[in-house]
Amino acid sequence: MIIAQQKPLKDIAALISECNKVMLVGCAGCVTVCLAGGEKETEIMASSLRMMREVEGKPLQTITYTATRQCDPEYIPPMDEMVKDVDAVISLACGVGVQYMAERYTDKWVIPALDTKFIGGSTVHGEWVEKCGLCGECILHKTGGICPIIRCSKSILNGPCGGSQYGKCEISKDVDCAWQLIYDKMKALGKLDKLMEIQPPKDWSKSRDGGPRKAVREDVMIG
Amino acid sequence: MKYLSKLHKILDSGQFAVTAEIGPPKHASVEGVKHHAHMMKDYVDATNITDCQTAIVRISSIATGVHVLGAGIEPIVQMTCRDRNRIAMQADILGAYCLGMRNMLCLSGDHQKFGNHPTSKNVYDVDSMQLIQALRRMRDDKVFFSGEEIKECEPRFFIGAVANPFADPFEYRIDRLEKKVEAGAQFIQTQCIFDMERFERFMEKVRERGIDQRVHILAGLTPLKSWRGAKYMQSNVSGMIVPDSIVERLKSAEDPKKEGVDLCIEQIKYVREKIKGVHGVHVMAIAWEEIVPEIVERSGLYPRPQVDPSELE
Ligand code: SF4
Repeated sequence: MIIAQQKPLKDIAALISECNKVMLVGCAGCVTVCLAGGEKETEIMASSLRMMREVEGKPLQTITYTATRQCDPEYIPPMDEMVKDVDAVISLACGVGVQYMAERYTDKWVIPALDTKFIGGSTVHGEWVEKCGLCGECILHKTGGICPIIRCSKSILNGPCGGSQYGKCEISKDVDCAWQLIYDKMKALGKLDKLMEIQPPKDWSKSRDGGPRKAVREDVMIG
Repeated sequence: MKYLSKLHKILDSGQFAVTAEIGPPKHASVEGVKHHAHMMKDYVDATNITDCQTAIVRISSIATGVHVLGAGIEPIVQMTCRDRNRIAMQADILGAYCLGMRNMLCLSGDHQKFGNHPTSKNVYDVDSMQLIQALRRMRDDKVFFSGEEIKECEPRFFIGAVANPFADPFEYRIDRLEKKVEAGAQFIQTQCIFDMERFERFMEKVRERGIDQRVHILAGLTPLKSWRGAKYMQSNVSGMIVPDSIVERLKSAEDPKKEGVDLCIEQIKYVREKIKGVHGVHVMAIAWEEIVPEIVERSGLYPRPQVDPSELE
């Protein structure tokens, strides 16, 4: 899932300092699961902003709504009436949700309340780690199910580099070396010989370097 | 047979090679570089020119290489994968060759986190293995990385790579070395050796697999200036092993600098005389280039062999 984290509240407050009424829009998808922008976080943020403004003597009006999925245009129109008289919209969705909001409400200033970080999963409650580099051409079958594109700090395809020591990456003693993990897994699978194959340079045109990507399934298109 | 470079000729003819390292400065003057090059000139066969080492901005390795070459030393241009995509890399490969560089050392490069621009974006379009292979294919198959033909004057480098026997997983370090040789590496410089026992184990496995017959391995050695320097490397540089005994030796020395030099000389003699399969030494006198002549001379590696330019391509 997509992992996002809230921007500092004071930064969001500063962005809307001129507004009298704002709408906060949460999302019931990934950001609910990673505790960044679900219904609960949306309500808390709204009341925190109101309180800050109360203290400043410039009361703020807020309305809140949580979309089933902000990353799906289908779930945006129900907000048409609500956004009408607000000065700004604060989206607590990932970057996709923010953009769908901005796209539909052309005359509204849409502010991201979150920093969309990565796609990954949780380790323990309250900690999430990055797992997939979204490179557009999965190679996990070659690397024991561990993604070197994103979990290796240098995206090395023929690792590990000379900085790998005691299982950790050269960048920090808190970061596992992805290639140590790959090595251990391939060894356990009895497939170390596979690591002797030189992996060719990657086709990054399938990644973000090819420009905005599109995935098309003509068979499910309607009309 | 014509050789790709002087270093190539020295190594292929079975002579024990000596390379050193020159770190370009963090400003635009090459006076210091020229000074170091002149000083080392007769004592080394070639010098590495580091490529923004530890991710700190410095004069580019190729530009520095021009001055080193001018001062009479054969440069070994280092090229990391951190800062350039494959287009920029090939432009620099062609550029370095047309400027007279003949040795290139391919490496991943330290992560930018350690340098003076930790907020920069790293590239790693290709990794060091792929760079070695592509550089070989440019020379032997006359093709760009993409496979497109190089119509004339392909860059013909003597290709180097690095190996770190002190990084993990230990057993895989030998595999990875072999993989680099398969990719096209012709000479290897190792990470600084302080843990001689581990290096010997590494070389034993290298010999078992005959890798030392297929590639020239140069043992990387670094003279230490102080016990603090040793301690710093011990605890802060990932992929480095510095035994406590070395820290202690420097700590109890009356003249730590002299002790560091003595130690380095002992190590050079040791790898040369006792470890089969080592074809040379790579002396990395980090920020201490002046000491190289003394080390070479006292190690019994002076004078250096002469190579007749007519033997080179
Ligand atoms: S230490 Fe491991 S994870 Fe870190 S950059 Fe090197 S190979 Fe990648």
